[in-house]
Amino acid sequence: MAAAIQVRQLTKRYGQLVALDQIDLEIQQGEFFGLLGPNGAGKTTLISSFAGLVAPNSGRVAIMGHDVQTDYQNSRRCLGVVPQELVYDPFFTVRETLQFQSGYYGIRKNDAWIDEILANLDLTGKADTNMRKLSGGMKRRVLVAQALVHRPPVIVLDEPTAGVDVELRQTLWKFIRRLNEEGHTIVLTTHYLEEAESQCGRIAMMKAGQVIALDRTSALLRRFATHTLRITLRNGDVLPARIAETAERRGTQWQLQFERFEQIEQMLAELRNAGCVVEDMEVGKPDLEEVFVKLMRAETE
Amino acid sequence: MTSFLTLLYKEVLRFWKVGYQTVAAPALAALLYQLIFSHVLSTHVKVYETLSYTSFLIPGLVMMSVLQNAFANSSSSLIQSKVTGNIVFVLLPPISYGAFYAAYVIASVIRGFVVGVCVLLASWWFSPLTFVAPLWILVFAVLGAALMGTLGIIAGLWADKFDQLAAFQNFLIMPLTFLSGVFYSIHSLPEFWQMVSSYNPVLYMIDGFRYGFFGISDISPWRCLSVVMICYLLLTGLALILLKRGYKLRS
Repeated sequence: MAAAIQVRQLTKRYGQLVALDQIDLEIQQGEFFGLLGPNGAGKTTLISSFAGLVAPNSGRVAIMGHDVQTDYQNSRRCLGVVPQELVYDPFFTVRETLQFQSGYYGIRKNDAWIDEILANLDLTGKADTNMRKLSGGMKRRVLVAQALVHRPPVIVLDEPTAGVDVELRQTLWKFIRRLNEEGHTIVLTTHYLEEAESQCGRIAMMKAGQVIALDRTSALLRRFATHTLRITLRNGDVLPARIAETAERRGTQWQLQFERFEQIEQMLAELRNAGCVVEDMEVGKPDLEEVFVKLMRAETE
Repeated sequence: MTSFLTLLYKEVLRFWKVGYQTVAAPALAALLYQLIFSHVLSTHVKVYETLSYTSFLIPGLVMMSVLQNAFANSSSSLIQSKVTGNIVFVLLPPISYGAFYAAYVIASVIRGFVVGVCVLLASWWFSPLTFVAPLWILVFAVLGAALMGTLGIIAGLWADKFDQLAAFQNFLIMPLTFLSGVFYSIHSLPEFWQMVSSYNPVLYMIDGFRYGFFGISDISPWRCLSVVMICYLLLTGLALILLKRGYKLRS
């Protein structure tokens, strides 16, 4: 079985700037894959090279086994891309937009599928509305619909939820998860790390044109994230000096970082021995944001 | 084939939906030229012995409208799509560069024709017309419009902003069409300017087109046809190379 997306030694330079630096990446069919990184890390350039919008200086990309340069007809048929920019053609209605998009892929009568996509994205009532009359969130949904008209096995979404309200975000994720369950491969970039954490099975983190971490989401969290403990002591109690060294004061709270749960147990014992009484305690779960910040810092240093 | 037909249909629908701007406005402008120039000049200017100035003017104005609108269609569609970013909708699907070229050019020819026919029908009212060689009329209309549609693709690809395209239109297309013998016969010019005019390809399009109506022209229609055909083939070659390379479309 061919990989959904296979990237080999992909390099793209814009003058002096190396946007993609010998990227190797393989995304399997059926994956829900996240591509994270700060602005300018090369995420959009990478996605654009999947779609043939960017011609690489060297290396190759294949979509479902079809090379995007030499077999572009098939590779593009296998790929649906939701661009980051909120672009639309102001001359046409939603339905016209989707009919044209179907036609570009060589599909003539596609109205049954178009109706189904519209229904799933809550756009049925807007089918005959001109694009320019839609709100930003609706235009975003039409972009998603446009990427799906030709039923591509691989769907790439570049920041699909940027500037989208909560309700729409829910609708969108529900639909995208369904597509994934039906076998579509999903690749997304997002700035909302909690979204990547909850949706993506595997994550690649990019920085300065390179993939600096690539693993299952849970493994990334285990490897890089720590547990956060926040405690409030009884009025007048003093935190033992050894613990205070690593703690951070936040108002009446102390915040501490632990790599393993057992360490928390040890610290609580120490507090008991010192005669401190814990009035309030919260344990924070490791999150992707922390992993992200850590990785980005580590690379800079 | 479906992708080509869809792109063609979309390009035609695009100008048709704003027809007052893309068809009615240029047709009205041409009629105003007709009205003013024939009113002012018809008693003073005699280009050919057998022909009134008003009649002489009509084919030139029709062809000028065809050419300008063919250029405007492909160039404005491309620059709008590039500036707004919706060009991505036609870059993502597997549309070959040949189909891309053909769709934009044929849509330009159609727009040129629609405007041209409007101008022709309306100006017929001013003065009688003959159609001595309809085939020449058709050949020059199609070829001229295709040439300008192709030039529009090149300009639309090259320009990054609307004002660059406007400069192309105002400093190249406008002078070439106005100084092409729409309003006069080149034989009425001093020798030097006749020589300069002979390097203007638009002259050959207008003159050949006019030959189809009256059977008389400054230059032989065969010579006109060769010049226009060579220019068309050169521009088409250039446009196809640019599209194949994804010039300013795929970075």
